[in-house]
Amino acid sequence: MSLSNPLPFKERVEQALNDPFLRQSLKNAQARFREGKQKAGQALGNLEEWRTRAEAIRRHTIEHLDYYLDLFATNVEKNGGTVFFAETEQEAVEYLIRLAKAKQAQTVIKSKSMVSEETHVNHRLEEIGVEAIESDLGEYIIQLAKEMPSHIIAPAIHKNRKQIAQLFSAVAGEELPEDTSALTRFARHQLRDKFLNANIGISGCNFAVAETGSIVLVSNEGNARLTTTLPKTHVVMMGMERIVPTWEDLDAVLSLLPRSATGQKITSYVTALTGPRRENDQDGPEEMHVIIVDNGRSNALGTDYQSILHCIRCGACLNVCPVYRHIGGHAYGSVYPGPIGAVLTPVLKGFDQWEELPYASSLCGACTEACPVKIPLHDMLIDLRRDEVGQKRSPWIERLAFRLFGAAMKYPALYRLGLKMAKYLLRPQAGEEGFLNKGPGPLKAWTQARDFPAPAPESFREWWERQGRHGGEPHGR
Amino acid sequence: MRVSLFITCLSDCFFPRVGQAVVHLLRRHGCDVDFPLEQVCCGQPAYNSGYHEEARTAAKQLIRAFKNAQYVVSPSGSCAAMIRHYYPTLFAADDEWRDKAQQFADKVYEFSQFMVNILKVSSVDACYEGRATYHHSCHMMRGLGIYQEPLQLLQTIKGLEVAELPYEQDCCGFGGTFAVKMKEISEQMVDEKVEHIRSTQADILVGSDMACLMNIEGRLKRLGYPVKVFHVAELLYEGVQRYESVQSPAV
Repeated sequence: MSLSNPLPFKERVEQALNDPFLRQSLKNAQARFREGKQKAGQALGNLEEWRTRAEAIRRHTIEHLDYYLDLFATNVEKNGGTVFFAETEQEAVEYLIRLAKAKQAQTVIKSKSMVSEETHVNHRLEEIGVEAIESDLGEYIIQLAKEMPSHIIAPAIHKNRKQIAQLFSAVAGEELPEDTSALTRFARHQLRDKFLNANIGISGCNFAVAETGSIVLVSNEGNARLTTTLPKTHVVMMGMERIVPTWEDLDAVLSLLPRSATGQKITSYVTALTGPRRENDQDGPEEMHVIIVDNGRSNALGTDYQSILHCIRCGACLNVCPVYRHIGGHAYGSVYPGPIGAVLTPVLKGFDQWEELPYASSLCGACTEACPVKIPLHDMLIDLRRDEVGQKRSPWIERLAFRLFGAAMKYPALYRLGLKMAKYLLRPQAGEEGFLNKGPGPLKAWTQARDFPAPAPESFREWWERQGRHGGEPHGR
Repeated sequence: MRVSLFITCLSDCFFPRVGQAVVHLLRRHGCDVDFPLEQVCCGQPAYNSGYHEEARTAAKQLIRAFKNAQYVVSPSGSCAAMIRHYYPTLFAADDEWRDKAQQFADKVYEFSQFMVNILKVSSVDACYEGRATYHHSCHMMRGLGIYQEPLQLLQTIKGLEVAELPYEQDCCGFGGTFAVKMKEISEQMVDEKVEHIRSTQADILVGSDMACLMNIEGRLKRLGYPVKVFHVAELLYEGVQRYESVQSPAV
């Protein structure tokens, strides 16, 4: 999906369902990630204990977020860094633009940051004539394609080699082979210059350690190290919930992040940065700016949704979600796809434009089971639906139906009458085998793909009253 | 042992044979079975759709209907999970109903869970020739943590071969109103489930939730695949009857 052409949810879903390549690659990726995670979990042996500990750490941190944010900010400044708290997307970007202008920046190199996606940084920098280059391979690919990431940890999961070769060939001005190593080599060459010449490096932050004011980045490509050390100015854009209190706490969450994401014990690179270059340091940026972004996150504090801020962005919920498997990341329409996105996006941005997302789940609970920090994602989806119903966002016909349902529940006689009526309405429409292949009303949607059973000639309660209570008779099929 | 049945709206109306099988099986294992007639739906459709007031109305009626029950047994993992997990939450802020909801929740068991863990049934005299595969419904597996119990019961059926279902933990795409509201996605999910079932070459599909089975069976029928669909209680009871007719053939 192009950024400039946001389709309605239904159409985004349709588009995805009609893309066989997308669905096959999602299926493959899920199989790979799920297997990896399972093996990593088995190797860890006591995964449940790790989850319990990680959840406790996240809960404690978010419950005392103001304290730890203050501690972190104080320590960043002690180390010579600058901290800016951005309440909104606008404030975050404006700070960055002021900085880019002050540094007379022409090129900005970025390593993967979901917050910068969230705040549309690239687009805003382009508007003032600053070139922003993504250095994560997947991010670079989707940047060339002018798309959003479709997975939290594998942003270009929906692209095949052929599509990537086309995108790179356009940059190269010549046709490149559809060969993985050749394409990677091309990207590496392209990016090398950008790293060396960029005025500013922007990174995300996987975790921020409050006790020392350090930021921690995990990557498999090493691009985060170059982004944070080569340019003279390093900007960290982080969600305000990315804090862990201590290095010991970091150990727990960092052990779970790659294991939950890809099944890796650890990523190729884990980089910890504590402030800008110091006297006698050989390298490193001269300035380090940390932009701590709220952008709707505090909406969750003190609500039923507070624990959504526990999320460590591992993507494990995406890797097990059958809905995500079929529709992919872009169908969710937001920066954060899958079950986490279906909860997080309405929490960050409200229901306007996002009211379908809480319904894009069969509530199977696979996401909750997979979450390494035990966020009850499927329960939160139910709570969001409750809130939507409370705001009368659900269709009036549905509200009416459930009002009738409520009345029938209150008066069992009415309930029994309802069951009888269903029988007399539906039985005549059933075929020989007792199934309907074209249902009336809400059954119409059901019978588009499946047959629907007709109510039995005698309900259980009728059987019970007639003979079941006295012993009953064996029945045949 | 006195057992009160919660048959669920779906089994009551569409699949009475499931409830009947449960009645007969429980009686065979020494239970005094009762069916409170004032029972209604557990309220899950309303709860999951966000209509929590209506869900509370249903919950209250069910709690009233079963107030004298010692054990409540239901042939649906999903409805049992609804009561066990969400009834206490629904009344968390209600001083009058909170304890009643919790007490009720504590008495509710899914059929195979009750058979294996409370009645300690280790063997059922049953036979049924065929190749079956078992669909683990999400709410029973994740909500109640019941995984082995139905399989244990199936293993006691002589002549029945049980093939492992690939991706058995994946949702069949039912999800209550999801099947209707997101019908395109739901269709893809049930199609995938059907493919996995077919890959086992089983001619019987067994489950513990009529809602999931209704979804899968409906798709199997539409596609014309001849797989018989059974609730675990239904297949067990069918097997018991077959076993008995072999033991004492009618003359």
